[in-house]
Amino acid sequence: MKRYVIIGNGAAAAACIEGIRSRDAEGEITVVSEEEREVYCRPLISYYLQGKTDEERMRYRDADFYRRMGCRVLFGRRAVRLLKDRREAELDDGALLPFDALCLATGSSPFVPPMEGLDTVPRRFSFMTLDDAAALDRAVGPESRVLIIGAGLIGLKCAEGLSGRAAEITVCDLADRVLSSILDAECAAMMQRHLEKHGIRFLLSDSVGRFEGGTSVMKSGASVSFDVLVLAVGVRPNVSLLKEAGGDVGRGIRTGPHMETSVPGIYAAGDCVEAEDVSSGQPKVMAILPNAVMQGRTAGSCMAGGDEVFDRGIPMNSIGFFGLHAMTAGAYEGDMYEEKTEDSLKRLFSKNGLLKGFILIGREERAGIYTSLIRERTPLASIDFELMKKTATTAAFSADARVKKFGGVV
Amino acid sequence: MKRVYVKEEWCLGCHLCEYNCAFANSGLSDMALALKGKPIYPRIHIEGRDRITYAVSCRHCENPICVDSCIAGALSREDGVIRVDQNKCVGCLTCMLVCPYGALAPNENGVMQKCELCLRNACGEPACVQGCPNGAIVYEERGETV
Repeated sequence: MKRYVIIGNGAAAAACIEGIRSRDAEGEITVVSEEEREVYCRPLISYYLQGKTDEERMRYRDADFYRRMGCRVLFGRRAVRLLKDRREAELDDGALLPFDALCLATGSSPFVPPMEGLDTVPRRFSFMTLDDAAALDRAVGPESRVLIIGAGLIGLKCAEGLSGRAAEITVCDLADRVLSSILDAECAAMMQRHLEKHGIRFLLSDSVGRFEGGTSVMKSGASVSFDVLVLAVGVRPNVSLLKEAGGDVGRGIRTGPHMETSVPGIYAAGDCVEAEDVSSGQPKVMAILPNAVMQGRTAGSCMAGGDEVFDRGIPMNSIGFFGLHAMTAGAYEGDMYEEKTEDSLKRLFSKNGLLKGFILIGREERAGIYTSLIRERTPLASIDFELMKKTATTAAFSADARVKKFGGVV
Repeated sequence: MKRVYVKEEWCLGCHLCEYNCAFANSGLSDMALALKGKPIYPRIHIEGRDRITYAVSCRHCENPICVDSCIAGALSREDGVIRVDQNKCVGCLTCMLVCPYGALAPNENGVMQKCELCLRNACGEPACVQGCPNGAIVYEERGETV
């Protein structure tokens, strides 16, 4: 009987379990879960703050999942070392887990740059886990002034989650715009205006010089008084287990298309992985749930002898704030097609006869058709791109292509 | 499994399928009460160009990217049918971002809804098919690709 070990217990791990079970009903699966929780929807922690969901509804899988999948889960345990030659994983309590195939689904951790006086701040939080969100939930009251360091996806979702629950929310970022990893300047300005209308205050192109208890003295000279500090500067893939075992690591863990690392028998999936972005051709850490799930299932299936591949990864995000949604995908390279109004915007980027990327704000209808063009590298010459630019529609495909899409099982 | 398929050459573009869909999923027994004077949120929609029209609804893919992408664990595949648990959905629209067919859209409250083949509403089988005046939408087995 094959022995499988999964380090981590997030969405990639859940998908890995399902991938294994799609091919091997018998093998022994052990999951090492640092968090003392069953798998839950990490990206929902801001909705939890808002009261739009709760712990029960945040379950990623039903309460019977591990039993049904025949898994053993070691809660509150952490892997500290991979003994690759002995094919064992060593845990923090000294236990050794032997494996035939192992998957690293270790995710990422908040990155906290050195900041002078940080230890003088009594109430400071990260915003990554449900425990973080629950702690923040308890710390914030109607009188609270909240300072969030980082105007990226995590920081801004946190700001939205706290909106209406705190007296003041200020977000600062070293970058000159919000959501700088996914939006260009003009699109970012549109989202920022919308966030400001809902009471979020911004300090951009600025960073903390030093903390003095409940005051942050910014490099610009500005001073912000706060009661609660949230650190959402960024995240780093958790790669150390593989790195220390001598495996190939870039910004994230490098894998082949079957999600196997450079160490045979050791696989990786999710936010700890660096994979090819097929829109740009560049290796990237694309830390989003859809990729984590596809990679996890691919890894699991291949660990159990399958030959699935993960080869359509692109960065993509759908992120909404106070009712305004921004959807982004791929690389913003090549020719740009644009439509905009006061409160909506569409930008499509094409190069070498392929759609490479897009930014859609308030224009979400059938956006997945654009995403599929990028992921599947559909030659634009094979569709009516003029029509497609104006409206995301399957009518822009040829009659033959429509027969394939709609005429049978896909 | 049986799925909904369209026959482009027979579709008149009359949009009746959209109304029948909205009615079947309204939970009401009077069509006028359910639909009259209100914006409708059907789970099937007519697309087209020039002289071609056809109805689009969920393909119930064998490897559904919407299910893989759902950050709320709200989408699932049960006996081949892709379902959304509206109690879990937070309206992030990631499924809309990825569906290659444009087959998902939110309801009036921003919660996702999609074609679930009318298997759990009063209709029992697809209302769009039953009500299509020209037989342009069919509900049938076309073989699994495995």
